[in-house]
Amino acid sequence: MGALRALSVSQQVGLLFVALFGLLALATLISFSRSLQDVPAEQAALRERFSRELRALWLGALLFWIAWASGPLGSTLLFGLVSFIALREFVTLTHTRRADHRALLLAFFVILPAQYVLVGTGLINAFTVFIPVYVFFAIPVISALANDPFRFLERTAKIQWGITVTVYGMSHAPALLLLDPPNYRERGAFLVLFLVLVVVAAQLGQEAASRRLRRRPVARAISRSFSWRAFGAGAGAAALVGVLLYWVTPFKPLAALAMAAIAGAAGMLGEFVMMALKRDAGVRNFRGGSSVTGAVGLLDRVAPLCFAAPVFFHSVRWYFGI
Amino acid sequence: MKLPEAAGLALAFVARLITGAQGHWHGSTPKAEQRIYFANHQSHFDWVLIWAALPHDLRAVTRPIAARDYWTASPLKHWITREIFNAVYVSRQRAADGSSADEDPLEPLMEALRHGDSLVIFPEGTRGHGADPAPFKSGLFALAEAFPEVQLIPAWIDNVQRVMPKGEVVPVPILCTVVFGAPVSLRPGEERRAFLDRARAAVMALRDVA
Repeated sequence: MGALRALSVSQQVGLLFVALFGLLALATLISFSRSLQDVPAEQAALRERFSRELRALWLGALLFWIAWASGPLGSTLLFGLVSFIALREFVTLTHTRRADHRALLLAFFVILPAQYVLVGTGLINAFTVFIPVYVFFAIPVISALANDPFRFLERTAKIQWGITVTVYGMSHAPALLLLDPPNYRERGAFLVLFLVLVVVAAQLGQEAASRRLRRRPVARAISRSFSWRAFGAGAGAAALVGVLLYWVTPFKPLAALAMAAIAGAAGMLGEFVMMALKRDAGVRNFRGGSSVTGAVGLLDRVAPLCFAAPVFFHSVRWYFGI
Repeated sequence: MKLPEAAGLALAFVARLITGAQGHWHGSTPKAEQRIYFANHQSHFDWVLIWAALPHDLRAVTRPIAARDYWTASPLKHWITREIFNAVYVSRQRAADGSSADEDPLEPLMEALRHGDSLVIFPEGTRGHGADPAPFKSGLFALAEAFPEVQLIPAWIDNVQRVMPKGEVVPVPILCTVVFGAPVSLRPGEERRAFLDRARAAVMALRDVA
């Protein structure tokens, strides 16, 4: 692993992408050859789901590659677009009233771009307080000016929460590019990749564990599959991937393990929270075609990242004292 | 590519970015047949949404109805409706009694249908406020009578009133769907009111499918 660490930046990038796309291609080949066999309907549905997940992974990896190739500006724009689509989906699922129109316009067309401009221009201090301080203040003011007291707190709280998760949380992923840990120049994108991979690893580990060991769910009314055992397995998977990837990070192996476990755990808990939200909105999952709104299901996929990114971001800052 | 075509593509892209403009087909398929789509009407955005939800090659032959006095008032409005949407212009003046006035304003629509184009109409006549669409105006009946071979496709537009409520100018990004249903046709000897109520019920039935 030390040899890997000694490679130049561009060599490491090349190696990572070759490994990533190679793994994806291998998984696609296996899934394709297995799809030629005849299997019972239940298993076929499972495989169908797997190949759908695989397509999403391909898309994610390609987008990531584009973001890498186009530099910090590209990745900021990319995450900004993802935020936009996720917020659109969130707002669709919450009940807003006519009087919220201006507040929503502010959220989509002022707050979201402003937050990503702050990230893109590297103003770390401004971007960490912009939404918790100024937006927190502005949204209820705009809503109150619309002259509709009906369920006022509920409506403003929902808009605030949506902005915090989909814009504030998500913007911490490209913000990793701003961090400048010692001896780690120009490699911020690796931290983003590290974060995405460990969060995905935690999800996969948790899902595999919850299917194999049938444990008592912690909160049956919210999720039938979330158990502490599966959660532990997910965190373990994240930690394992984190150690294997430590050579692309500025961390020592043990620190990489801990950081990966923290990010993975935050992601899984975030997904759990989103599940509660979905239950409340009466949807089983955001995808599933025409269910409620025909939502594209992006929110489902990025929610773990939205929760994990701020935690990871500040863990890194705290660890290096920057 | 000419300017109107490029502007049309850009507009469809923006509409999809803001609303998703998802088209769901239940009981009919997006085919290049001559059709009249009729839908509930809640917002100025309705037409754009149906237009963006249609496949690209159907957009060119599907035309909206535009009020002549409003949509030709400024050069920009006129250009958008004429060049991008290829709108059918109708005059809004009506005679005092509803029935006899129907022949005259419908003439441009008849002309377009004779020409082989598809139309999108909102038979409520005006944008509705309530949860249910208002009773349909009789124009749909007259068109169905005059062109029995043209398919009548009901459509339900969901959520669009949240995108752009009456009186607002800038749309908020919220996902919308358009559900297209099975064709409705005029039965032999069917009364006007009965047909219009049946057509309205067909539109409302799509609400539960969405």
